[in-house]
Amino acid sequence: MMPAVAEERRAPRIVGVEFPYGHAFGMPGNRKMQRQVLELALRVLAGAKDFSTRLDIDIEWPVPLRDAYRAWQPKEASPIVRKLLEARRPA
Amino acid sequence: MYEGRGPFPGEAAPMWAPFEKRLAAARIALLSSAGLYIKGRQTSFDLEREQTHPEWGDPSWRSIPANANAADIAAAHLHINDEDIRSDPEIALPMRLLAELVAEGEVGSATAEHLSVMGYQDRSLEGWQKETAPALIAKLRDLQADGLILAPA
Repeated sequence: MMPAVAEERRAPRIVGVEFPYGHAFGMPGNRKMQRQVLELALRVLAGAKDFSTRLDIDIEWPVPLRDAYRAWQPKEASPIVRKLLEARRPA
Repeated sequence: MYEGRGPFPGEAAPMWAPFEKRLAAARIALLSSAGLYIKGRQTSFDLEREQTHPEWGDPSWRSIPANANAADIAAAHLHINDEDIRSDPEIALPMRLLAELVAEGEVGSATAEHLSVMGYQDRSLEGWQKETAPALIAKLRDLQADGLILAPA
């Protein structure tokens, strides 16, 4: 999840999943996908030999990117997003 | 918010702890930043304060019993659509899957409780560094966790 951010934060072991926010282990109800992610995370936890080991999971999110992006967004903008949008609005 | 800023001051050095046990003999804990809590037994993360102080995020944490019912798990996080988490909390905190791997002998055991925080935090991370992280580490030691899977939301 957010592997670039995890690298910046100096996480010692990273599993990269290019899934929408809120879906670290995959799609709801999809036990097979969830298990693949958890098993890889456990293998990296127990098997990594060096700092900054990163393995990216080879699963493509089964929803078009644009739809997935819309789906993870909260129904109402978060307070910080509202504040930033208001600051950009012309006076 | 934190992407592209590089390591925080004082956190650039590699942090490494070897995992010394076999996975089949290790006790594993999970931590989600999806703002999970147990309905009716725990308070929600403080979203009201975040509404009035948009740069603040609740730095508290919750302990989620490993045998909690999925229907009792709620999420408090203003930055994601939590609909899917509410329908299947395993996508954020796969406690049942971990229990399955324990039953199959792939993992030694799971901690009796797992952990939850709310991922949107004050940029200084002061509350996290001084209180939350030390409390989480103490809890993980109490639970005798050998390893922790951190799952950002």
